[in-house]
Amino acid sequence: MAECHPVGFQWVSEAKAKGAKIIHIDPRFTRTSAIADLHVPIRMGTDIAFLGGLIKYVLDNDLYFKEYVVAYTNAAALVGEDFVDAEDLDGLFSGFDPETGQYDESSWQYEGAEQVAAAGQRSPGQPGYSGTYEATTEGDEEETGEADDPQRAAEQDASDEDPSVKASDRGQAAGSGGPSIPGKPKRDETLQHPRTVFQVLKRHFARYTPEMVAEVTGIEPEVFEQVAKWVTSNSNRERTTAWVYSVGWTQHSVGAQYIRTASILQALLGNMGRPGGGIMALRGHASIQGSTDVPTLFNILPGYLPMPHALQHHTLADYVASSAGKAGFWGNMDAYMTSLLKAWFGDAAQPENDFGFDWLPKINGDHSSYRTIADMIAGKVHGYFLVGENPSVGHPNGKMNRFGLANLDWLVVRDLQMIESATFWKEGPEIESGEMAPETIGTEVFFMPAATHVEKEGTFTQTQRLLQWREKAVEPPMDARSDLWFFFHLGRLLRERLAGSTDPKDQPLLNLTWDYPTIGETQDPDAEAVLREINGVGPDGKALSSYTEMKADGSTSGGCWIYTGVYADEVNQAARRKSHREQGPVASEWGWAWPANRRMLYNRASADPEGKPWSERKRYVWWDEESGRWTGVDTPDFEATKRPDYQPPEGAKAQDAISGVDPFIMQGDGKAWLYAPAGLTDGPMPTHYEPAESVVENALYGTQSNPTIERIAGPWNRENPSMSEVFPFQVTTYRLTEHHTAGGMSRTLPYLSELQPEFFVEVSPELAELRGLTNGEFATLVSARSAIEAKVLVTERIRPIKLRSGQVVHQIGMPYHWSYAGLSTGDNANDLLGIVLDANTHIQEDKVSTADIIPGRRPRGPELLDFVEGYRMRAGVKSGRVGINGREPDEDPSKMEEAGA
Amino acid sequence: MKTWLDAWPVFRQLTGSDPLGRGHAARSKATEQTVSRTATADRVAKSVCPYCAVGCGQRVFVKDEQIVQIEGDPDSPISRGRLCPKGSASKQLVTSPTRVTTVKYRRPYATDWEDLDLDTAMEMIADRVLAAREKGWQDEDAGKRVNRTMGVASLGGATLDNEENYLMKKLYSAMGAVQIENQARI
Repeated sequence: MAECHPVGFQWVSEAKAKGAKIIHIDPRFTRTSAIADLHVPIRMGTDIAFLGGLIKYVLDNDLYFKEYVVAYTNAAALVGEDFVDAEDLDGLFSGFDPETGQYDESSWQYEGAEQVAAAGQRSPGQPGYSGTYEATTEGDEEETGEADDPQRAAEQDASDEDPSVKASDRGQAAGSGGPSIPGKPKRDETLQHPRTVFQVLKRHFARYTPEMVAEVTGIEPEVFEQVAKWVTSNSNRERTTAWVYSVGWTQHSVGAQYIRTASILQALLGNMGRPGGGIMALRGHASIQGSTDVPTLFNILPGYLPMPHALQHHTLADYVASSAGKAGFWGNMDAYMTSLLKAWFGDAAQPENDFGFDWLPKINGDHSSYRTIADMIAGKVHGYFLVGENPSVGHPNGKMNRFGLANLDWLVVRDLQMIESATFWKEGPEIESGEMAPETIGTEVFFMPAATHVEKEGTFTQTQRLLQWREKAVEPPMDARSDLWFFFHLGRLLRERLAGSTDPKDQPLLNLTWDYPTIGETQDPDAEAVLREINGVGPDGKALSSYTEMKADGSTSGGCWIYTGVYADEVNQAARRKSHREQGPVASEWGWAWPANRRMLYNRASADPEGKPWSERKRYVWWDEESGRWTGVDTPDFEATKRPDYQPPEGAKAQDAISGVDPFIMQGDGKAWLYAPAGLTDGPMPTHYEPAESVVENALYGTQSNPTIERIAGPWNRENPSMSEVFPFQVTTYRLTEHHTAGGMSRTLPYLSELQPEFFVEVSPELAELRGLTNGEFATLVSARSAIEAKVLVTERIRPIKLRSGQVVHQIGMPYHWSYAGLSTGDNANDLLGIVLDANTHIQEDKVSTADIIPGRRPRGPELLDFVEGYRMRAGVKSGRVGINGREPDEDPSKMEEAGA
Repeated sequence: MKTWLDAWPVFRQLTGSDPLGRGHAARSKATEQTVSRTATADRVAKSVCPYCAVGCGQRVFVKDEQIVQIEGDPDSPISRGRLCPKGSASKQLVTSPTRVTTVKYRRPYATDWEDLDLDTAMEMIADRVLAAREKGWQDEDAGKRVNRTMGVASLGGATLDNEENYLMKKLYSAMGAVQIENQARI
């Protein structure tokens, strides 16, 4: 955190000055470790074993926050009899299909919640209909269809024949909507029933002993004990503990489950929804949170609404059916979606045409970034926009990314500087190696200069969901334009070209609301007008104040329901700049946080079930009996007048089905989940698996790595075998304080390039001795993808991990900022890495992989390819030789000639 | 009366009210006349740092329609005026001499860039979007209605404004493109 979010780290330093204990868990010793009370070096890729050990420690020693756990988590819920734990299946949960590598999650359900289809696919009276339980994730429904509806099963079989359509598509639903569960699972509040979530959890983590933690992670039992004592003694009525993570947790083949493990621990300790608690995702880019909320992501629409799916969302009724009976605020999805369609299609969106729902394109598989790159190489994608992104450097397996770009018809790059993704066709490493040549690359490239953050106005959403408006300081120079300008005018041109078309596929473009006011000579669209559309408008034409005002009848509009309120009272709330010196610590009048300007989510949990603060020291939001309202220092994340003793009447829906003691109002049961009966592709509880590329055998189970890992096969993406003598060392990547991601915004700046002038790798003195590496000299790193060179930094900051088995694991650290362009240059760390994905998120595992390291510089030209091929052969990996521009080597040579013509 | 001796710091130190030479005695004429760029700026825009997601407040100082300095905003409850090395260097992001500010165009199989007029480039891109959309259009996939194109894909960085992301998702969805991605996945 001190390295990559230095200014945010001031608050950690301040907490330390006030007596907080700071623990830093990281394979490397960094500036954060220097400030911390304790640095815990961990073997990379083993955090679930470590966190699982803490969960066991909490359960074994009765250190959980009992009242909180019983009232606010699903600990008391009963799991169905069919569930079989990974403990009993050697690392697999029940429902695994080895053919597809996917789970059928039906056996993970709570007791009494048999799998049934979404309400839209089934009507009352039909078998399987249930008024209280609606399946929501796509996989649920398809599996159900296959199981007990012959017609749907036949359709499913048909679609299975196309490899681009997967039988189970739950991976695409992850992160959208809320996973569905029965409204009221059976409960045993004594937590004694053997099938309560609490007891299931206890059994699941029974083997995560301090000794096992040491065996897997390399953390000595005494150190583990110290961490466990500090964490647990600091988590109670009077005190709270926070966890902070970043891509060190997400970029793994079990990334989503890393976060789940922390969530379980925090829920057990009563650290969620309370001041000083929580799990904080420190995100790495100025508006990466905003890019998720108002997504340019394939599987979601703004506000985490799922993209319509070809297999289940034929109509708006189908689409909203899954949520119709759902408890919690997802129960109003119909209002959010209808408002979105009204924002996009205006008067053309009418009840008769389903508000234009059918105009939205449908997904039916993984259409995420890496899959798309593979499709480019296969010639299936023709045009590509890169808008402030440099995949040639910033994405793992740079070579595969460049091959994708080389097989397009056209590429538009919008950036400030001439980044590598714009110049691959003449300067990329594959030109030197002979795998590409400008004369063979047919990609037409447009470099469109972009405006900087001070040359346009608009909002960033930072890592705490806070929207902050930026004023425009100056006009952008020459042809440089904002991305708002580019997409507005591109849309305008497309609509002009299609005007008058009667082709059904052109109707969505023609019916789009696209009349934003423009400003100045360059006709930049008014960003405030766009923000107001995102906020939404009521029947009176005035800006909405809250998403609770949204209606499903088409009388309201709003482009992103969770952002409704950012333009409340016709005021740009994100532009508020009341100094912190003039307001309290919550600083509610600086910018605007979604939802409803709440600065802490689920903050009803900061009060006990009766609505009183758990302690005076930790008071935040509480029930005021006199005024009959929730009150406190923040906007309560609860309906303001819902009494703590409120019990939902029979048949209650949406938020009305959430009782007065259920703080987690976005969950169908209002509870924090210690066990996830739905919603994850790889198990209801986290389990330690080794990374896809590991030098260690899984000590816990026979199942070595996550059985649901998503792979993208091809000669350009070979995988290093685990426990291979050819690739004997673990590698991780990271950022430096002085550089930013793929370097386009830092390697081009003189100050920053001077501060960190070249690519280097960090190795321990032990590894340096083992491999004959010298500080300040070059070394070559090799994987099944490529070989790169870097200056060696021999340092005790990164140390070998000795496991209890006696095995010594050497770890190598690489910053990933460099490539050939800019003021400071070097080989590209990401060229070393392959692409394997967490099936929940389609995020790559680049925080841990394997490689070899040898002294000296790498071979040049075609010799580099022979060198890497030699490693692949020795490791028993298939050939990585490719044809021209990365196409299949056996591709018809006449085609290649044609390409060169 | 001013003498040449007044220009000698030691003289000022020995004869003036600053015997330790740590105040005005040590100041030269050039120093006296130096004024910070923040003091002479025409205006100040309130902004936010474009690097990581902490969201530090920035004050952007403008003189003669040029950025002359970017500093931390002391009012921000997040950053309290502080900036890290990247945020502190962000003026160079705007004023970098290697910044490309005109359109560049590379023809298929060409070995170098050409210049291109912005309006022409926009027209050409619009033509190519429609052609690629048509080429990759699917009414159905595996017997199911998908009404989409697999011909056009997009990948955005996470320094895009919310308003920009919104227009992108809206426009792409309306043209039927689904392979719309962002650094937020990476």
